Amino acid sequence: MNRARFLPTQQRLPAPRALPPTRRSRAPFPRRGGRGFSFLPAILLILCLSALAGCGAPQPTSRPGSHNAIQIKGSDTMVNLALAWAEAYMQAHPEVEISVSGGGSGTGITALINGTTDIADASREMKAEEIASAKENGITPVEFVVAYDAIAIVVHPSNPVGELTLQQLSGIYSGKTTNWRQVGGEDRPIVLLSRESNSGTYVYFLENVVRLGKKESNLLFSPDALLMPSSEGISAEVSQNPNAIGYDGLGYVTAGQKVLAVARDPGGPYVLPSAQTVMDGSYPIARNLYMYTAGRPEGTLKAYLEWILGQGQALIATLGFVPLR
Amino acid sequence: MNAPHTPTHPRRRWAEFAIEATIRVLGFSTIAFVLLIFLFLLREGLPVFFEKPLGNLFGTRWYPTFDLLGTLPLILGSLLVTVMSIAIALPLGVATAVFVREVAPPWAREVLKPMIEVLAGIPSVVLGFFGMTLVAPLVREVLHVPTGLTAFTGAFILAYMALPTIISVAEDALDAVPKSYRDAGLAMGATQWQTIWRVVVPAARSGILTAVMLGMGRAIGETMAVMMVTGNAARMPAGLEALFRPIRTMTATIAAEMGEVARGSTHYHALFGIGIILFLLTFAINLAAASTIFRKRRRGGLR
Repeated sequence: MNRARFLPTQQRLPAPRALPPTRRSRAPFPRRGGRGFSFLPAILLILCLSALAGCGAPQPTSRPGSHNAIQIKGSDTMVNLALAWAEAYMQAHPEVEISVSGGGSGTGITALINGTTDIADASREMKAEEIASAKENGITPVEFVVAYDAIAIVVHPSNPVGELTLQQLSGIYSGKTTNWRQVGGEDRPIVLLSRESNSGTYVYFLENVVRLGKKESNLLFSPDALLMPSSEGISAEVSQNPNAIGYDGLGYVTAGQKVLAVARDPGGPYVLPSAQTVMDGSYPIARNLYMYTAGRPEGTLKAYLEWILGQGQALIATLGFVPLR
Repeated sequence: MNAPHTPTHPRRRWAEFAIEATIRVLGFSTIAFVLLIFLFLLREGLPVFFEKPLGNLFGTRWYPTFDLLGTLPLILGSLLVTVMSIAIALPLGVATAVFVREVAPPWAREVLKPMIEVLAGIPSVVLGFFGMTLVAPLVREVLHVPTGLTAFTGAFILAYMALPTIISVAEDALDAVPKSYRDAGLAMGATQWQTIWRVVVPAARSGILTAVMLGMGRAIGETMAVMMVTGNAARMPAGLEALFRPIRTMTATIAAEMGEVARGSTHYHALFGIGIILFLLTFAINLAAASTIFRKRRRGGLR
């Protein structure tokens, strides 16, 4: 309770005058050793922390297939498939432990070259520089085709355009065609959606659709292309923006998007993506899904890969990809 | 006042020396950590300046997988989004602070202050998802732009994130204005609004400036929300219409590309180079804010 409130104003006590600081109270804790400041603790700390900075990169794991643990890294396109395979195999063979992670085809291949993974999932082929880099590290990558994937071109359901040729797609994605009117649609600007540059899907699309498979072409994606960090980003935008066009694996297309039929040449047959059209080769934007190992696989790794190429194929169709047979 | 009794027993003296040394070490460790982070960034990022000509590094095309490492669109993208977010957050923040401190009745103040703290606690991913699914379609329909994933949407979400910082610091600044200023204004015959707008807020000017700088430091470093909402298109912002087109920030670039890049490659060094630029920008902004506070406190005044 504030007693000052009950005193008449004149009788309120004056605020105490601040006393001049005495020499002692200015430095209440007398210093040790007479010197003003000791650098020793600070120097010791910095030395300790600098020693920690000498810690280098993690050492690679031991040779693959030698014990019952398999490490798989790589493509985000394949990660659900790889997980389904791993779970099914571990149920049938409980002594084997398989761990799967994504990060992009580039990440998986880099990990294989550095020796930190047993299998690299990739939705594109290894590039020549990557193979050379692997050989420098003493690794010969062995390629296995484990499934096929169709890349679906998706647009908003209200878009009147239902079919496009590869040449038209190349023009759209390189930025030459900017309005839907130019490919037979409404008068709307085209909004391009793509995956990020670390994605194997991105690289495959660039080489086979934008550059039309020509090695000497140096076309790039238009700088206006929106690089979405995930398939979810592409689905969200395509299903609510009538101007949008995007691409992604067939297994990732959701119900709210419309899939376009694609023709290899102008005037050629327009084909919708599905398991049959990929297996008989009529859908032009289909690709192989690869698994790479360091050298010929042995032991547990070999058994796992044989299982994938045999019994594991039954799982593929349930995830939206295309089996080998 | 007597100084505390200095211990003469040898063990107590050693104990006190040890404790004092530990506290001193911990105090300096913050500086050491910041310094070490900066040295690490320099070690990983400087090689790019020797591997690539500066014309490439500050060019206008960012296609890292094809050796085009033009960082200009990214730097300008970050700056554009930050400046716009402050432009949105500043009036809102100062107005809220003025309302909470000057105008609201005490019961409203007790409710509003904790709610503003709650605002600060929402994770940025949630805000990014909210922006992607709700704000972006609205922006596209209302502003008639091709896509709602624009710099403006990013700035809008960032403004929301910088708002609690700006409100708290501005509120403290308004609190520090002595009551005599307001009494003087009212005694001269000014209305309450005139007193607030022409006397109190200008007196709290430097505190509000500090709030802006701290909010800016927060906004420029934000990653997840902008990555989901700005569209990540590395184009050079040119003219006013660039506000309503997709953009790519430095933070989103590092987050999206660092996972796949090969250690030690030029792309890796380039990403660390971007990290250095980001670090220097944030450091400069926070240093300016801190020095303003320090200078004000040392002078003992308000401005």
